[in-house]
Amino acid sequence: MELYRNKLSIPFFILSLALLMIGLTFGFIGSVQYLVPDFLKEWISFDKVRPLHVSSVVFWILVTAMGSVITFLQEHIGGSIKYPPLLKAQFWVFAITFLLIIISYFLGIFGGREYWEFHPYFAFPIAFGWLLFIINVFSSIKNFRNQPVYVWMWLTGLVFFLFTYIESNLWQILWFRKEIIHDMTIQWKSYGSLVGSWNMLIYGSSIYLMDKISGNQKYSYSSIAFALYFLGLLNGMFNWGHHIYTLPTHHFVKHIAYIISMTELILIARIIYLWKDSLTTAKMHKHLRSYQFIIAADVWVFITLILAILMSIPALNVYMHGTHVVVAHTMGATIGINTMLLFAYIFDVIKDSTINEKIFKIGYRIIQISLPIFFLSLLSAGIYKGFWQMQEQHLIYGSMLKKLKPAFLLFSSSGFFLVLGFFMIIFIALKSLLFIYSSKNKI
Amino acid sequence: MFSDKYKLIVLIFLSISFLFYSFYLYKKPPHETENATALEMEGKMIWQKKKNCTSCHQLYGLGGHLGPDLTNITQRRTTPQIEAFLKNGINQMPNFNLSQHEMEALISFLTAVNKSGNGDPRTYKLYIDGTISQ
Repeated sequence: MELYRNKLSIPFFILSLALLMIGLTFGFIGSVQYLVPDFLKEWISFDKVRPLHVSSVVFWILVTAMGSVITFLQEHIGGSIKYPPLLKAQFWVFAITFLLIIISYFLGIFGGREYWEFHPYFAFPIAFGWLLFIINVFSSIKNFRNQPVYVWMWLTGLVFFLFTYIESNLWQILWFRKEIIHDMTIQWKSYGSLVGSWNMLIYGSSIYLMDKISGNQKYSYSSIAFALYFLGLLNGMFNWGHHIYTLPTHHFVKHIAYIISMTELILIARIIYLWKDSLTTAKMHKHLRSYQFIIAADVWVFITLILAILMSIPALNVYMHGTHVVVAHTMGATIGINTMLLFAYIFDVIKDSTINEKIFKIGYRIIQISLPIFFLSLLSAGIYKGFWQMQEQHLIYGSMLKKLKPAFLLFSSSGFFLVLGFFMIIFIALKSLLFIYSSKNKI
Repeated sequence: MFSDKYKLIVLIFLSISFLFYSFYLYKKPPHETENATALEMEGKMIWQKKKNCTSCHQLYGLGGHLGPDLTNITQRRTTPQIEAFLKNGINQMPNFNLSQHEMEALISFLTAVNKSGNGDPRTYKLYIDGTISQ
């Protein structure tokens, strides 16, 4: 039965790893273009490279989150998802749409907004595919009473994503785009909440995995778990204003965001901290690879938490807003936290027995060494730019960028090693997933 | 432990508050300004759809990091200067081969952005309680 269930979710992980490879490749090309302006400029200029990188990585996060929810939900209910054909349809809708989006970027066909630069037509299959996902997950849960916190997180994350995704497309209605500040306010409202919604899925899965590794479900049903979940939801709904402190929009939006702030990372830090205490060494070894990625995420939670708190103070935010400090924070959150947790889920499915130990160790270490360097290079570039943008008389933009060249050199070279490390891990993961998938077909 | 009933009450309360907040913001633009002209809207679509300018440039510090923030560019540069950048490209920015009409539309959009507010953080006032004003 477990083999059949995994057969349903493994294609999601294979697709997501392919998307991550695309995202990493274009991320590296983009970093080289920072240093060598003419690098592949005529063939693929930065206006194409950036969406290819960003969208692929966002899709990696979304598809792996889907795969993890499907896997863990089936384990939780002790049976298969309600409508397997619908799940297959969902997979193909996303796979084909993402492929077409990537091709469209190559052809220079855009139409959307930052992070979702694809043509608005693609918004429909994405929303449709998500709707199929919602139907399947809700139908698979036979009894909604007395469910653990991670089920609540998955369910709210699913619905919240659909709402905010539709909201991010409201600009297609003239009323929402005719006034620039109104338009940008709604745009960043939706983006802030959208990230909160997929974090609900990811963090929900992380709590499930922690329970599974520790063998203790007590926390997932506790009052503190639910209190923290609601606090996280409150943040997802109302803290998005910290993205737009410098936009001349409603003052109350900024005040609400400032007060509520970005405490979602505190929540997950607490959750991981509580779980870690209950682990025994023997159990840790049982799921060693997953555990290693969770520990890495744990460290990055604390690092990005500090930066997030600083950025949520408007008077400090003006020094960081629009600089690479924001990029550093995003990289800390998406690579350091999200990607580490997502790999934990994938390696939980793979199990340790099928892994090439040596390649895993080298790849993992390369990532853990290069990521802090990558992060610090962006942070230093951002701090320099932050002070530059607050100086009364400052250099012209191009000259300021030239001064940042050493930081960009470090950024690009550490980025290369980061890509190398991830490719090694992806290679192992893909090999194992394909092996498991094909061996099941023979059963 | 919270019962399901209390959990649902909190969830419903948060959801209703969120919906109220959302719809209030949809309905109430921050500024009561004149609607954008057709040329400005066309320029906005060139910015967004045709050339994906936001990959490199920012408005109010939101966007890419390769090029400068263009919130108040029409205040700092003349129309011929902006046209020269668009025609020739610079560093990583290629010549996008915009027609004269497209350039006019894009500059018209950037002029409207300039009128919408001030994107220069040097001019913001910072207060001891951590808040700012523009």
